[in-house]
Amino acid sequence: MSRTTLDLWVGVFVAMGIAALLFLALKVGSISGSDIQSPYTLIARFDNIGGLKARAPVKVAGVLVGRVAEIRYDNERFQAEVVFTVDGRYKFPTDTFANILTSGLLGEQYVGLDPGGEDKLLAPGDVIKKTQSAVVLEKLISQFMFNKAAEGDTAPAK
Amino acid sequence: MVGAIRRLGTLFVNGIWQLGFITRFFWLILVYSGQSFTRLHLTLRELYFSGVMSLLIILVSGLFVGLVLGLQGYETLQRYGASDSLGTLVALSLVRELGPVVAGLLFASRAGSAVTAEIGLMKVTEQLKAMDMMAVSPIARVVAPRFWGGVISMPLLAALFSAMGVFGGWLIGVVAIGVDDGAFWSQMQSAVDFRYDVLNGVIKSCVFGVAVALIAVFEGYDCVPTAEGVSRAITRTVVSSALAILALDFVMTSFMFRG
Amino acid sequence: MAVLLHVTQASLCYNPPPALQHNSMSEPLVRLENVRFAYGERTILRDISLSIPRGQVVAIMGGSGSGKTTLLRLIGGQERAVGGRVTVDGQDVAGLGRDALYALRRRMGMLFQFGALFTDMTVFDNVASPLREHTDLPPELINDLVMMKLHAVGLRGAARLMPGELSGGMARRVALARTIALDPMLLMYDEPFTGLDPISLGVIGQLIRRLNDALGASSVIVTHDIQESLQIVDYIYFISEGRVAAEGTPEAIRNSTDPFVHQFVHAEADGPVPFHYPAGDYATALVGGAG
Repeated sequence: MSRTTLDLWVGVFVAMGIAALLFLALKVGSISGSDIQSPYTLIARFDNIGGLKARAPVKVAGVLVGRVAEIRYDNERFQAEVVFTVDGRYKFPTDTFANILTSGLLGEQYVGLDPGGEDKLLAPGDVIKKTQSAVVLEKLISQFMFNKAAEGDTAPAK
Repeated sequence: MVGAIRRLGTLFVNGIWQLGFITRFFWLILVYSGQSFTRLHLTLRELYFSGVMSLLIILVSGLFVGLVLGLQGYETLQRYGASDSLGTLVALSLVRELGPVVAGLLFASRAGSAVTAEIGLMKVTEQLKAMDMMAVSPIARVVAPRFWGGVISMPLLAALFSAMGVFGGWLIGVVAIGVDDGAFWSQMQSAVDFRYDVLNGVIKSCVFGVAVALIAVFEGYDCVPTAEGVSRAITRTVVSSALAILALDFVMTSFMFRG
Repeated sequence: MAVLLHVTQASLCYNPPPALQHNSMSEPLVRLENVRFAYGERTILRDISLSIPRGQVVAIMGGSGSGKTTLLRLIGGQERAVGGRVTVDGQDVAGLGRDALYALRRRMGMLFQFGALFTDMTVFDNVASPLREHTDLPPELINDLVMMKLHAVGLRGAARLMPGELSGGMARRVALARTIALDPMLLMYDEPFTGLDPISLGVIGQLIRRLNDALGASSVIVTHDIQESLQIVDYIYFISEGRVAAEGTPEAIRNSTDPFVHQFVHAEADGPVPFHYPAGDYATALVGGAG
């Protein structure tokens, strides 16, 4: 095995390997997906975050604009405090709603922002005042059954 | 009964001693690695014998694993009407786990055993001692280039395995079965994150590369210099590499992919 | 350069040098003083004292497992003596750091029992490897030096062969060429005559003597081939049970009345080195059933 033939094959091998890595990075994964520029932090407090996890998406109008960074518990206010980062290119009014929504019927949960109409914008580190907690399935079911039971009570009286 | 406990104890003590020895050996390799890069042709030669010679088995196995993943994945997903997610299933399984682990196991069996055999046979024929008497460090000349050849080859081979696997999944899913081509790729791209999935997979394969390369050169260097000793060393390389890969995989997965 | 031409000439005509006195005035190149060596529990060398004078060929003989190869390893610094001192060219081998030891080894050459050629390179590359590793000589000069060394051992035509294609005798000669590549001051031979046909035996023996004289070096041969050694060496040491059992010039050895030396020289089956492995009484073993 002469030196030059060996070098050629090794070069081919390394080139193939790098090509495979690029393929995985660009075509299989999505580098552009995590392309969030100059992120700034916002905070929102919820009574119940449901199944929200760190790294969950933050979306506006269905478009990804940020990620949940940290989830804490505030023992003074007895609320969950969600810290998330948002792409610096987008600013939101101070009366924006922060909701915890579910993607699909039983998918992962994410933070959906509903921009309001105020002129003043949220600054980095601000707290979003208007929030709506996650829908907890058990509460929904028990509420449904309670309603059904109440209906059943009133019905015979008619 | 007491004899069994005593044997177990000796095994344990021997294991600890071996661990210390292999750590010191690893340190020696790092210290003597200068020549592997100043005389690059040494490492390039090992890259050829470890990496290029493993290409065939890696590519073929990757293709078959991808084909099987596609088949099995489709069979299960279509029951829930989620066959569009086939791309996600195939890609995530390969990039996160199967690529690094299976490529690592195949690499250990093919290249790791070859390296152990080579170094072991050099030991049997006293070539290492001759080198030492010629004032040439056998670790710098023989061991370190083979170690770095393995370390550099592993991540490349794992990436090639994963890429071939995705291709295999696409072949079966889209071309053969008829899953929507656009859905296959778009779902995959939105689900696979570069930093979280691909990069973690690459880090895993690098760690596996270090482990397998180290075990292979160590077993060869440390073997009993007889024909039987070399064959036992080769067996140990394959077995220890497999166990190390699986154990390291668990450790890394648990702190990389925390729910 | 002059030495190399001398080597080439030496291969053409052989002039035996005048017999040297063993106790020459100059300091011996290698000296072992009361050396002790043990492998864990097993003591291999108990109390060895010997010296290799400059310019001489010395043989170390003994039965199998008597520790002869260990002596070579002690001189080369591959093992460390448990007791006593090993001095090479005035330096205590045990006290040398890695760099100093490697510097000393560059002036030594060792021929291993089966050659220990590097199997992944040609004969030429094998002989060239010490030159390439330790010198900055240009390729043309290395080519000339390698060809000269191969010519000295008579294998210049085999330069492009791989070690796997050589016979045992040829492999050993190539290894010899590699050993003298850097013109060492001390040559060590580990069982150079083992397993060779009579012609190759004679060739190797002659080469050892001629090269030693041409290089002005000293040689140590570890062997148990008594007949070949008696013809080419200046002095012989006999090792038995970890000690120097006998020593002397070939003349003295041939005429020795020492029972151990006599048994060795005349290849007697039984003597101070017993025929029977220690066992119980023979009669009891037969009559009393399986031992």
